[in-house]
Amino acid sequence: MAIESIDQTSSHLKLSNPDSTTLVIHLTDDWRTTSHLAAFENVCQGLETMPSLNKVLFDASGLTGWDSKLLTFVLKVRGWCDDRKVDLALEGLPGGVQRLLHLALAVPERQGARKDAERQPFFPRVGEKALQVYASAGEMLAFLGSACVAFGQLLKGKASFRRSDLMLFVQESGVQAFGIVSLVSILVGLIFAFIGAIQLKTFGAQIYVADLVGIAMVRVMGAVMAGIIMAGRTGANYAAQLGTMQVNEEIDALQTLGISPMEFLVLPRMMALILMMPLLCVYADIMGILGGLIVGVTMLDLNPVVYLNETKASFNMTNLWIGLIYSAMFGVIIALSGCLRGIQCGRSASAVGDATTSAVVTGIVSIIIATAILTVIFSILNV
Amino acid sequence: MNEAEPQIVVKDLDMGYGSFILIRNLNFIVNKGDIFIIMGGSGCGKSTLLKLLVGLKEPLSGQVFYDGTSFWEAGPEEQKRIMRRFGILYQSGALWSSMTLAENVAIPLEQYTSMTRAEIQDLVSLKLALVGLAGFEDFYPSEISGGMRKRAGLARAMALDPDILFFDEPSAGLDPVSARLLDDLILELRDSLGTTFVVVTHELGSIFAIGNNSVYLDVQTRTMTASGDPNRLLAESKDPTVRAFLTRGAEGK
Ligand SMILES: Nc1ncnc2c1ncn2[C@@H]1O[C@H](COP(=O)(O)OP(=O)(O)O)[C@@H](O)[C@H]1O
Ligand SMILES: [Mg+2]
Repeated sequence: MAIESIDQTSSHLKLSNPDSTTLVIHLTDDWRTTSHLAAFENVCQGLETMPSLNKVLFDASGLTGWDSKLLTFVLKVRGWCDDRKVDLALEGLPGGVQRLLHLALAVPERQGARKDAERQPFFPRVGEKALQVYASAGEMLAFLGSACVAFGQLLKGKASFRRSDLMLFVQESGVQAFGIVSLVSILVGLIFAFIGAIQLKTFGAQIYVADLVGIAMVRVMGAVMAGIIMAGRTGANYAAQLGTMQVNEEIDALQTLGISPMEFLVLPRMMALILMMPLLCVYADIMGILGGLIVGVTMLDLNPVVYLNETKASFNMTNLWIGLIYSAMFGVIIALSGCLRGIQCGRSASAVGDATTSAVVTGIVSIIIATAILTVIFSILNV
Repeated sequence: MNEAEPQIVVKDLDMGYGSFILIRNLNFIVNKGDIFIIMGGSGCGKSTLLKLLVGLKEPLSGQVFYDGTSFWEAGPEEQKRIMRRFGILYQSGALWSSMTLAENVAIPLEQYTSMTRAEIQDLVSLKLALVGLAGFEDFYPSEISGGMRKRAGLARAMALDPDILFFDEPSAGLDPVSARLLDDLILELRDSLGTTFVVVTHELGSIFAIGNNSVYLDVQTRTMTASGDPNRLLAESKDPTVRAFLTRGAEGK
């Protein structure tokens, strides 16, 4: 028997071929995950050099230790042999290895279950994204539609939700938001007054800071600030709540009971925000004016009474109404984007995170777009 | 049961996710008063089949009839009416986590009956007592163990005395005594109220104790490979995977 050693050998592995159709893989030393071993590709090259190969054997007499590393190696050799219709004899391996391999191969791989990560070329990917955008716009409209239907049910007095839920949401999105709304609105009022003061002081017209702050806050800034705060606060809250309910199959449980998640979950949240947003807006207006007052009194040495009188003189109902319309609109937007993303949520913890992020982004972007559209409409209407 | 009266008829059903077909060509009948077992290895699609049977998931093709009405061809009102007769116990319990156990069980009653608050309370206590949770009315789902959540889910599923009760692995996570009590409860409800049960379970003990009809979903061939009374299957089935399943792997394969 001519034993001819093939070149590709390493400290753990020797290949030999007793005859031209048989290959023996000699395993030596320690085959463990921690030790650095020759790559399977080396062996493969050795195998490829034997065109007439039809049998592969193992010889483990020199093996001093092994773990899963050896198993994965043998599985790769097995895969290679299967591809080329070469016999593989496992008898030379330690008994434990043979039994574990047997277990690993006991349940055949499910056809079609493995996900193939096919990389698409550029244009199909762009196309796919465009189709996704189209589909998600459709979903959004469908959601809006069923929200309207639920609202119709509410007007007919047939909507099924719990009054105690509504009260809870009113509390959460109303009173409990006062702190953050106060802080942000006062600061925004301060900043406005500060910037206005720098300009107006040069003309000696510091008293008009009161007009500037008053009109800006009441007409749009109060509503926008309250809207952005609530999108981050309550919109995210709704998305996370509904998303978690989706993960726990709680929404399935409602549906199978014939209770519409739209009425039971979305409606009370939406109503709470539509009711509370205008109130928060008025509150933000007052806080903003207060911020302006602080600057006026401390920096510009204005008399508080004079400042407030000037604010009062500049105030008109139209501006207040416009602010309230903005804020009611924002209430609908925040509730819808929060609930939409929550209901669309997948069934995993990271999906809840994504839903929350997406709710805040959708909410804030929609608020800005709605503000732009409404502002244009109001200027066309000349109000 | 004297006369078999079909309640659920499944015809040429294929199901899957997207383009991935999980199980194809399902055909079986669940009769009124049956305790129908869906069995098979984990990951073979039992929960998916259950989701489909309760109307949460649309089949890829095929039909499901309830008392002769084809569910996926019916309008939304009709579908709602059919679904109202179901009670469902989800694999994870799926209790509404922001409500107490009593409120969870009370919701279906508040929705669909005109009972007074006091009557509802009495009924809720009864249902919770039936599943061994007397006194836990004011606990939240996060304050009780997994097995208890499952039993509370069962109480909610039974709230309206539904015609058909669907269970996804009811005894997983229950101790042997509670599992046994659950089996007794299922048999009792069937005998006294004539409820039909569709149960996904791996528990061989309960399969043989309560099941009188079944379907076996096979992962490899991706279809049903056996159906009928589990006891009869154990005695007669020639299919090696079914035999292996029913004997805990002692035979077959
Ligand atoms: N949302 C899903 N999307 C894609 N595939 C899924 C989804 N849910 C389950 N599957 C697939 O369906 C198979 C069956 O799942 P399931 O019905 O939960 O099995 P089981 O019989 O253990 O209850 C799983 O092996 C999985 O591959
Ligand atoms: Mg399952």
